This record gives sequence, C-alpha cells and structure tokens, in this order.
Amino acid sequence: MNYIITHKTTYRYFEPVSLCYNIARLIPRNTDKQVCKNLHIRIHPKPDIIHEYEDFFGNRVMYFSIEKEHSSLSVTVTSEIEKTTTPAIDMGLYNNTTAEEVKKELLDNREGGAEIWQYTLETPMTAWNDEIQAYALESFSPGRPLFDAARELMTRIYQDFEFEPGATTIATPLSTVMRERKGVCQDFAHLAIACIRSQGLPARYLSGYIETISPAGGEKLIGADASHAWFSVYISSMGWVEFDPTNNMLPTEQHITIGWGRDYADIAPLKGIILSSGQHELAVSVHVEREGQNTR
Amino acid sequence: MLSTNLQSNPAFRDYSHTELSYDELVGTDGKLRPHWETFFTSYHQLGDQEIISRNEDILRMIKENGVTYNIYGDPSGISRPWKQDIIPFLINGQEWSYIEKGLQQRALLLNMILEDIYGDRQLIKNGLLPMELIYNHSGFLRPCAGVRSPGKHQLILYSADLARGTDGRIWVVNDRTQAPSGSGYALENRTTMTRVAPELFNNLQVRHLSPYFSALRNGLHEIAPGGNPNPRIVILTPGSGNETYFEHSYLSSYLGLTLVQGNDLMVKDNYVWLKTIGGLEKVDVILRRVDDFFCDPLELKEDSQLGIPGLLQSVRSGNVSIANPLGSGILENPGLMSFLQPLARYLLSEDLMMPTIATWWCGQPKELGYVLENLESLVIKTIHRNSTGSSTVDGASLSHAERSALRDRIRNSPSLYVGQEKVGVSQTPALVNGRIEPRKSLFRSFLVSQQDGYTAMTGGLCRTSSDAGNFIISNQMGGMSKDAWIISPEPGRIFHTLTDSSETTTASYQPMLPSHAAENLFWVGRYTERVLGNARFLRTVMEFVAEGNKLGTDQMVQTERKLLEAMTRYSFTYPGFADKENEEAYSHPWREMKDVLFNEKRPGSIQCNFQMFHKAIHEVRDHWSTDTWRVIRSMEEALKAPESTPQQGHLSMIQSLDNLITSMVAFIGLNRESISREQGWIMLDAGRKIEQSLLLITMLQTTLVNKSNEQVEYNLLQGVLMSHESLVNYRYKYRMPLKISLVLDLMLFDPNNPRSLRYQVDRIKAYLQHLPKNHSGHSLTGYERLILEADTLLKLSDKKDLSRSGECDTTYGPLDDFLSRMHGLISGVSAVISKTFFKHELTPKSILLRP
Repeated sequence: MNYIITHKTTYRYFEPVSLCYNIARLIPRNTDKQVCKNLHIRIHPKPDIIHEYEDFFGNRVMYFSIEKEHSSLSVTVTSEIEKTTTPAIDMGLYNNTTAEEVKKELLDNREGGAEIWQYTLETPMTAWNDEIQAYALESFSPGRPLFDAARELMTRIYQDFEFEPGATTIATPLSTVMRERKGVCQDFAHLAIACIRSQGLPARYLSGYIETISPAGGEKLIGADASHAWFSVYISSMGWVEFDPTNNMLPTEQHITIGWGRDYADIAPLKGIILSSGQHELAVSVHVEREGQNTR
Repeated sequence: MLSTNLQSNPAFRDYSHTELSYDELVGTDGKLRPHWETFFTSYHQLGDQEIISRNEDILRMIKENGVTYNIYGDPSGISRPWKQDIIPFLINGQEWSYIEKGLQQRALLLNMILEDIYGDRQLIKNGLLPMELIYNHSGFLRPCAGVRSPGKHQLILYSADLARGTDGRIWVVNDRTQAPSGSGYALENRTTMTRVAPELFNNLQVRHLSPYFSALRNGLHEIAPGGNPNPRIVILTPGSGNETYFEHSYLSSYLGLTLVQGNDLMVKDNYVWLKTIGGLEKVDVILRRVDDFFCDPLELKEDSQLGIPGLLQSVRSGNVSIANPLGSGILENPGLMSFLQPLARYLLSEDLMMPTIATWWCGQPKELGYVLENLESLVIKTIHRNSTGSSTVDGASLSHAERSALRDRIRNSPSLYVGQEKVGVSQTPALVNGRIEPRKSLFRSFLVSQQDGYTAMTGGLCRTSSDAGNFIISNQMGGMSKDAWIISPEPGRIFHTLTDSSETTTASYQPMLPSHAAENLFWVGRYTERVLGNARFLRTVMEFVAEGNKLGTDQMVQTERKLLEAMTRYSFTYPGFADKENEEAYSHPWREMKDVLFNEKRPGSIQCNFQMFHKAIHEVRDHWSTDTWRVIRSMEEALKAPESTPQQGHLSMIQSLDNLITSMVAFIGLNRESISREQGWIMLDAGRKIEQSLLLITMLQTTLVNKSNEQVEYNLLQGVLMSHESLVNYRYKYRMPLKISLVLDLMLFDPNNPRSLRYQVDRIKAYLQHLPKNHSGHSLTGYERLILEADTLLKLSDKKDLSRSGECDTTYGPLDDFLSRMHGLISGVSAVISKTFFKHELTPKSILLRP
C-alpha cells in the first residue's frame, strides 16, 4: 500500500527576518516496514543553502538557510511511502519473553547491544520520578512477558490520561503531565518511555504520521493536524515493537515513521534560529492519503 | 656560603622536610638536588632583601601589565590580579624527556579515542568502552557524530595536569581537551621572570617556551580547510567577563590572531565570516575558548548567546576548522581514565607510559561496590564537570549523613560517578611572606598537534596550594602560580616550520578591523574625552568655589551659582544644581561635587564615565601597550574616594582630578606614540574629536548662551578658557581682557587652536575620508554629508553676529542657534558612523516546532 503525505509548515513573521538557519527532520526514513519512494520538498523563499545528511540515529536531516530578507517561510514536504504489508502480530511468538530475559540478553551481549542499550538512558525529556516509576511498576511485575506489560502500559495511559491539545507545551516536564493526567501525543510517548526506562529497559521515541480515517469507515484516529508521536520497546525475539498510547493501538498499516531517537529533542520536525526582533505565528497542516484514493 | 645540606642552611629553616614524602628540593641524602643547588646559589647571591624586593617587583609588574584572573560570582565583579612566586618549579631534563614522551603518547591515544567516538564507534561496539560512559556524558554531542576536520589529528590541543606522588612518580591528574587554558599565563610568567630576575637563570639551561607557540601557530595553519596557505585564524572568546579573558587577549596579541566574540562572526553560504568595518571577511580556523556546547545555538545549546548559528554545519561542510573540534569535551571524563591502559594496548599496542591516578568508574558493579565501601578514603567526581564547577568531593570531608546521601546519589545513577584515589603530592619550595616554605604543586602541560605528532611546551604552568597542607589546588580558590623551568640544553634543530609559517603571515593582506573592535575603540575615544572634559571643568569649578568662598562678593556668588549649574548641565548629572530652588545643594556644593566625582552609581559622574571607559578598554584590551596599562592603573588610583575630613577633602579632590587629568593626557599621548595609523586609530581618534566637539558646544551652551552681567560673564569666560587650557593661548593671541567675541573666535573658528571646534571638524572630516566605503562612485556617504554641512556652517557663520544681542535680550540668540545646529550635525555624524560600521545585531531567536 502506498501513502502520499503532505506536510506543510508556515511561519509568518511580524518583523522581517534577515537570516534564518533551520534543521528539518521531515523526510521519512526507510525501515523494514516502509520505503520512501518519492520525495518532493518545496521551501519558500528558496533556500541559499540546502544540505541533507544522516544523523547519529540514522534519521534523514535537512539543513537549510535563507539569507535574504523574508517575512514568511513555508516548508512543504510531500513524500510517497510504500508500506510493506506487516502480518498481524502473532502473540504466541513473544508472549514468553520477559523483561528479565531481555535485560539479561542485552547485558550478556553488551558489545553488540550498545546501540540498543543506549535507549535505556534517562534524558531531560524522559526524566522519571517516584510517581512515574510506581505507575510503571503496576504493569511491570516480575516474570511478566514484556510485550504484555508494555501493551498494558499503553492501554493504561490511554485510559488514565486525557488527550487535550494545548494542555502542555514543549517545556512541560513529565512530572506535571503525570500529575495533571493530560497532554498530547508526545507527552504520552515520553511518559511511556520514562516508565519503561525506569525499569532499566530500552524504549525509543518515534516521530511520524498517522492516517486518521481508515477508508474502510473505521474509527477516527487522533493526530490529524500535525505530525504524530509514539514509542517502541525492544523485545529480544521481535526487535523493536511499536505502541501508540494516544490511540491505544499497535501501529501497523496506518502509521508512517519519519524517524526515531531517545526523545522528541532528537527528532524534532523543524527547528530554527532567526535573526529578527519580532514575533511570529505558525501554521502546520498534514495530509495523509492513500494513493489512488480521491485526491482533494 | 650555601650549604648543600638542608638542615644546616638557615635559609631553609622554614622549609620542613620529611623523609616520608618526595621532596622536589631535597634528595634522599638530605642534600639539595643539583639543579636546585644551582638555582639557590644565584638566589642567595641576590640576598634575601633583594629577593623580597624582586618578588614585589613581580607583583607590581603583574598589576601594571593588567594580568588578571576573573573570579566568577565575585560580588565586586572585578578581575583579580594574577599571583606569581619568584621561585620557579624545576624539572630536570631527564625527567622531562620521560614526561614529554608520556604526554605525547597520551595525546595520540586520546586523539584516537576522540576520532572513534565521533566516527564509527568501534570501541563502544566492541566493548572496549562502556556505552554509558560516553552516551551518558553531557560532553558527548550527538550532532557532531560523523563530522571530521581536516588535518592529521582531531585533537589539536591537549593539556594535562600532572602531580608528583609521594613516591616520586609523576601522575596525570586531569586531562583537558575542551578549551585548555593556561598557556598564555605560562608565557606571561616566563616574561615576568626574565625581566624581574634574570640572574636566577644563571648557570641553568632553561628551555624556551617559544617553540610551543610556533608549533601552535603551525598547528592551526595545518587544519585550515583546503590547505589554504594563508588562512584567517581567530580566537573565539566568551567575552571580557570570562575568567581567563586576559589570556585570550594576550594570546591574540602574541600570536597575531583576531580576538572575536560569537556575534562578531556569522555563517553565510555555509562559510564563517568576520564582521569588519569593511564588510565580511572569511574565517578559516577558529581557536575556541568557548565550551563546545555553547558554540552553535542551532544544533547545540539553543539559548546560547555565545555561539554562531550554523557553525556546526559549516564545519560539517568542511568550510571552517575549530581547535579543539566541537565535541572534544567528551574526553574530559574522569571515567575514561580507568580504561586508558587497555585502550593503549588495543589502539597503540603499547603500555600507557604515564600512570593515571587510580580511578574506579561506578558504572561497573565491582567498582561501584568498591567506591561505596571506601567513600571515606576516596575523592568522588561526576564524569562531567557541572556548571558550578564543584563536581569534586573529598569523601573524608563529609558528615555521616552527607556520605549516605552521596551513596544514594551514586546508586541512583552509578554511571555518572567515579571514585579516585587521593594522591599525596610532593612538596616544592615557595616564597611565602618572605620565607621559603614547602607547598604542594600541580603542573599543567600543553601540547599541540603537528603533522608528525604532538609538540609539548617545554615549560608549563605550575600552581601551588595556598597553605602547606591543602591538596586541592585551583586559581578559583586562591593559591599561587609559578614559572616552570625545564633544565636541559635547547635541542640543536631549527624550527623550520616557524620560518615557513611566519613568511606566509607577513605576506598576508591588511586585515580589516572587526566591527566589535571598531565600536569599542570609538567609545574609548569618546569616553577618554568625556572623562577628561568633565574632570577639567569640575576642577575649574572646584577651584573657583574654593577661592570664591574667601571673597564672597555678590559677583562671585553669582558666578559660582552659574558655574555650578553649568557643571550639572554639562555633566548631565541632574538634578544637582540645575534645580535653582535647591538651596541645600548650593549651600553645600562640595557634597554634590564629591558625588559627581566619585559616585559610580550616578550616571554622568566622572567615576561612572571612567567605568564605561574602562569597560570599553577591556573589550579591546589587545590594542594597548604595557605602558598604557600602567597609566590606566594610576587613573584607578586617582579615582579612589578619599576617606578624609571635609576640609582636607577639597584639596584632595582637586588633587585626584589633577592626577586623573595627567594620566588621561598620558593615555592619549601613549596612543599617539604606539597605535599605528590604521583603521583602529581612526576610530579611536574620530571618537575623541566627536566627543570634544560635542563637549565644547555643550560648555558654551551651558555657560555663555544665557547672558550675565559683565563681571560674571568675564568670570565665566575665564572658566571656559581654563577648562580648555586655553587661557594662555588667548592672552598670547589677543593681548587684551576677555571678551566674548574673541573667546568665541578662539574656541570656535581658530584653525590653529587644537581645542577649537574648527580644528575638531577638520580632523573628523579627514578621518572619515579614510573609512572604507561600501560603494564606489562619487556620491557622499551619510556621515560625509553631515560633516560637510557642519564644515560649511562653520565657514559661513558670521563671527561678529554670534555674540550680538539686544539690550533686553536674555540670551545670545544667534549663538544659541548656531550651537544647536552644530550639535545636531555632529551627533548625527556619530549616529551614522555607528549605524554604518558597528554591528546592530539582532539577537538570534530559537524556534522549535511541536508536532
């Protein structure tokens, strides 16, 4: 199945900007579940410098700068993604692997496991406190299969926390999210990651898109207007298994990955430095369409 | 006569020596080691009195040269003089060659580790380096992964703190790889020693420091992108508030590199550019003294004001090189120390030559257990230095409760902690309060990358503890520095690289003045005259008040009031005497005048203007000669408020002003002698002339425009001329009593009077012609237009008309108009120069988008 994703970000500046430097992580990387077949990037005004490279985590990064005065900036990335069909997850396969087994495997195999093991480390955005650790412990009881524990954690976050756009900002610490019990997709992803890491286990933050309305007339999913975030857990026998706590589902067909990191900061879609004295406003729109379906 | 036996020599009666610990001075036989014996022979030949006086010379010279070390968080915010001991730290040649080889090996090893960490990370993947030790360290900058600079090595500068253990072995205590400091202080220490106590070098072959600096220059040339043979190299400093700012500017002068701050640079077209008054100039190499994390707000620390947005991308594109490269702070990681020996075996197939202080990294279960159990006897460090700097704790100094809290912290994040063995440090002689006493010492060594390996400075910076027992040594905490002497013949080889690189630098282009320097020089010029003008006027007023008090005639009282009011308006220290109802001020004028002189907090006061002057001086401190610093010191002395009684106060205030004026005139004279007539001079002197013009105009506006009766006007004219030291000129030229029309002629129109407005405008006009123009053709720039207008106005105005007024008029109307117009034009020139040549940087703002 193929998707066409159009992600448009527009900044409008109240004072003209003489120079801007930007880092975009908006190009979906290839994974074992998807291939980026076509890519079209339009930046207005035209950048003076544009350069693409792979970052530490293997994500595709685009650096660009605009060196003439401008009062708005728009970045439109259109990507065509082929999803390689994932078979429905066979629970029997990894129902048996426990958290203890995963840890032991990684500890025994520290050499090769370093790249996985790095996702156990706490970061400022995934810092946990006692409350978060206690919340995690309810699901991570000794001897329990890791998959079960992670899936239950996802469901509990979905049930216990309210999805409320605007309730948090980028600077809101997890402890506040935990106390207030509300937030948006990346708060939930960060919370789950903090819970899992507090158990000494590796978890990754994923950034990407979600198809909100399935053509089969299924349930409407959350995450329509902007990019989406979820998490994955490393389970030895399966590799990285993904969970979406915002929609309480195992991402399969309807999730398209841009890339991953330890937390949001590693895979922020767009960040920049402007030289200007004024304020700005921002508009973001994301369209996820199946190829061959009616185009707007 | 010197006895080689310590016990029987009275000179060492305060030098307690124990057999238990290694002693730099004395061998196991109780006799002075040979190089120390030679040294103390010269030392005693000078004699105790002479040594003490030379030691004072050192301190004075340091003060006069403005060698300082700033203390962060010091409430006074003022830099502290550097401290240096006249007794150096001696290392014999044989020992040095061992140290040198050991450090070169270590530099090479750290370089390979650095390359690997930011390269393909084989050491981590193969389990030779624990992932947590690197990935959990705040110095590991993921955006720098995969970025490689040109040149043989990635680690360009390396510095190590060495200490000799009680067993006599030399240990590495710290590795410095971020932006190692101290080489400039080492050089300054050596310069001071050779000047103050050349006799002490007698019969000792002390290795020179200069080869290191040639190697440094060469090393920086080698990393220039594209092998550019004539690269532009800058030193990036956080600014004059930084603890080692003195050194940044010292090295910039010594090496002939431009000193810049982050906002002097910008990234454009993926290259780094220096903003100069002639436009942008490409920068090839940055010697950075800003911690890497602060260097690029786009990819590193978002709210950093010290960096350059886009810098890392420019490095990534291979357009600029940085020494040390961004990310090199990862090696300043005490946890690494416990892995160096196996890494040396693995990477170099050699054993580590220099022993490292025993270190247990708590990220491993066994080591964690050991540290938790032996907390009392260990020094505990975090693997990264935190911002407050206090990341080192002596386990023994903690209370029971503190120790158990520390244990909890370590257990919570074991990979962030190490335990280190406490080393006993050897003792070395130091001159303390005129006596030779033992002190613990730490030696910092400096290495720089060359094509064929690393070159170590044959010398270094030695620091000693403030008291005999203390083993934690830091300049932040107090303590002394020493020159370090390596006693060995200079090797015969000639430094071919030195001649090569110096040829290329002399052949280089005339560099443009950075905008930042231009701006500060301009303001140094303006504040020079502002301090001077105000000091002269205040002195004139004070002298008048002191005398006038005695006569007390009506005319005198009126003149005094007029002068006091003019003083307030001239110095802009409102309300002061400008409030005519303020009888309190008029009846106690000294109180107010003292305030205008000394009160630092009062805008417009002389002290306040002097502080602004001082600040601007420091921002461009590489422009001033040694003599200049001496003069600045004496201005500081002159402006120390006297603690005396009011009566004595009058005289001493006038004396303070005399001293200040003399020093300021000396400052101007020195600049005239020592600053080459290039863009810097133009900025400085144009600033002076503009300020002089404005002050003169203001003076005439505040004293003469409002008419007074004949006698008072006469007194005021005298005051004006005295304040401009033009009374003699007047008498010589006109040979008649003071008349306003003639005073105006002298002060406004006389082209030969160096204090006249005519003269200033001519100078300004001449200077402006030499400023770089960004456009060709014949059209005038904004400032040229304004100065031409001022020039024309001066030429066209009718001298006689200015001092004309009707009987009933209370002011000289034409004079008032003329002065206002001139003031507007000349302020305009200043504003346009500022707009054209100085940076009006918008603060970079970070924008982060949430999904």
